[in-house]
Amino acid sequence: MLAQARAAIVATLFFTLLLGVAYPLAVTGIGQLAFPAQANGSLIRDAKGQVVGSSLIAQSFTKPEYLHPRPSAAGADGYDASGSSGSNLGPLNEDLAKRVAEGTKAIQGEGAGPVPADAVTTSGSGLDPHISPENARRQAARVAAARGIPVEQVERLIAANTTSAWLGVFGQPTVNVLQTNLALDAAAPAKPAAPAG
Amino acid sequence: MNPQGWAEIALTIALTVALGWPLGIYLGRVWAGEKTWLDPMLKPVERLVYAACGVKPEKGQTWVQYALSMLAFSAASFVVLYLILRFQNLLPLNPQGFPGLSSHLSFNTAVSFVTNTNWQSYVPETTLSTFSQMAGLTSHNFLSAAAGIAMAAAVARAFASNRSDNLGDFWVDLTRISLYVLLPISLVIALAYVALGEPQSLLANVTAQTVEGGKQTIALYPVASQEAIKQLGTNGGGIFNANSAHPFENPNAITNLIEILSMNALSLACVVAFGRIVLARKEARAIVAAMVILVAGGASVIYAAETQRPPALVAAGAQSDVNMEGKEVRFGAPSTAVWAAATTGASDGGVNGMHDSFMPLGGGMAMFLIQLGEILPGGVGSGLYGMLVMALIAVFVAGLMVGRTPEYLGKKVEAKEIKFAMLAVLILPLSILGFTSVALVLPAGLAGLLNHGPHGLSEIMYAYTSATGNNGSAFAGLTANTPWYNTTLGIAMLLGRFAYVIPVLAIAGALAAKPKLGATTGTFPTDGPLFVGLLIGVILIMGGLQFFPALALGPIVEHFQALAAVAAH
Repeated sequence: MLAQARAAIVATLFFTLLLGVAYPLAVTGIGQLAFPAQANGSLIRDAKGQVVGSSLIAQSFTKPEYLHPRPSAAGADGYDASGSSGSNLGPLNEDLAKRVAEGTKAIQGEGAGPVPADAVTTSGSGLDPHISPENARRQAARVAAARGIPVEQVERLIAANTTSAWLGVFGQPTVNVLQTNLALDAAAPAKPAAPAG
Repeated sequence: MNPQGWAEIALTIALTVALGWPLGIYLGRVWAGEKTWLDPMLKPVERLVYAACGVKPEKGQTWVQYALSMLAFSAASFVVLYLILRFQNLLPLNPQGFPGLSSHLSFNTAVSFVTNTNWQSYVPETTLSTFSQMAGLTSHNFLSAAAGIAMAAAVARAFASNRSDNLGDFWVDLTRISLYVLLPISLVIALAYVALGEPQSLLANVTAQTVEGGKQTIALYPVASQEAIKQLGTNGGGIFNANSAHPFENPNAITNLIEILSMNALSLACVVAFGRIVLARKEARAIVAAMVILVAGGASVIYAAETQRPPALVAAGAQSDVNMEGKEVRFGAPSTAVWAAATTGASDGGVNGMHDSFMPLGGGMAMFLIQLGEILPGGVGSGLYGMLVMALIAVFVAGLMVGRTPEYLGKKVEAKEIKFAMLAVLILPLSILGFTSVALVLPAGLAGLLNHGPHGLSEIMYAYTSATGNNGSAFAGLTANTPWYNTTLGIAMLLGRFAYVIPVLAIAGALAAKPKLGATTGTFPTDGPLFVGLLIGVILIMGGLQFFPALALGPIVEHFQALAAVAAH
């Protein structure tokens, strides 16, 4: 029994150091050297070097001149990147039905055509950085009007930030919301708000 | 449903099998102690471990010694992990400044990661320090997986041996599997994950000034290194709360594919390695066939369910061809469905979409796949020995039908083995249905529900199913970080791991001592489609008899409610 106890304690400590300290630190060292952008969270900085977000993490957009991300259940106000979460509401939950109905109604007022499912449902993480191409195209008219530019220009920028399924089979086509919005700002800054009255 | 979706599901499963084969050949060499190409680098480390642990590698152990070593190791792991979590505030690398975990949460989490369950009652990014993630959880992702594969190696030796009591040495198996299999593969996958976008940082977080002028705090961890072993070792415990739905854990379709492949390939490899050690490659192929058929069936049912019309979308008048609540756009229904079948069939428990928000039959199928015993292809190691228990029961049933003593792989299967097999198998309904029933009548059990009605029953039953099956996925609406759930789920995890594997090791001991018989004309063939069919039948009938009545009150009732709700519009 004593021999078993000794082996158990020594093995636990040795492997904790090897697999729990040396291994992650080795991956950190190599990762930081070889792939610094990804290893630090795929951050996007503005001209002044200030971090404006991560290309992998959704952030809130509510102004009409931007593409809007999917609704988020992460944190109290959504898009909490230090508290990822889905809604976990079951398919027949009344809160879900109410939220989807309200979201659909709001979007129906923005333009013609059916409301895409991803526009009114929360993602698994609450941080989904993407929307579907249909969802993006449905928002193009609103964005174009708010910026005073042709719809085709917005659609071109959406297409430029669209990724199709890998090898045509794995995953779904996506539009990255933050990257598209930054491209919109670079190409055609939003009109200043009309003076009140 | 569309052809691309079906193609993705079929290709993913086919690739898993294609990868499991060569991996199994390599794993067989590691089990047998043969030379590998990593020997020049790792042999000295291996010898060092044996010397430090006082292990004589050539000596071997009986099943009792093997089981005691495994229990001693699990106990030591539990204590170290419990202390790391309880006192993380006193340990280094806590840039978040998090306090230590409560005693019941430390207990639950330590049990969870030592039993390869990786159930999580907490939100990692608001609870765990970087040190706890690394030294606490990453290391036990490796070790609980290695212990599972070690026990499978012992069972394989039992079938291969002829009147022996030697099942190999637990410490040798643990060391060789960690050093030669899990560590090198994880290292390669982890670096690929970093290249593909997963963070690997020791910082707590970065703060972004968002485009519309808000502030966003983005939590970071050494994600890639843990993600690699999380999936490879069928652990499944998320680095973040949203698990592999989180874009940092699973940023794109390529990482998603690697994560699915790595969570099933090693479990299949155990079966292939078994076939080579026991000289029963055709029988191993039959087992793989049964696993693949059932998991493909499960994936198909979930895909079909998730492309049913969701009541909320129908009522609102939005597009309703796919249930996107709880799913990521980059994955959609097919990637989420094949993942859900793989993770619940494999005892992984990682998720890339929220099972609680699945359509009733989608979530119900995920739960049923766990209830079938985590053998499709099951956890690393545990899937193999769980499937062998089913195979013993299958040949026993066949033997009853023709009236002769059953044999499996040259070993006579007698009353003792079947009794132990049933003892192991009955742990599942006892723990799952027992704890669920008690939780349903206690205020403490009902307090944590997010959803009510049949879906509430599913939330509670899924929790005990997941814990007992050592899966770790959740209907996450249930608030489980309470003394009641932390304690009872912890006990369910312990029962599911140890009350299952000790009878299995006893069977191994009994089989090892028997003579190895040659096949005769009277031997029931266990390598053909007839046996595959029988095995699938036994698995489905046992799972169905045990759990169908309870499932009928949860997901199945809810399914008809959903149909009625859609029809009303």
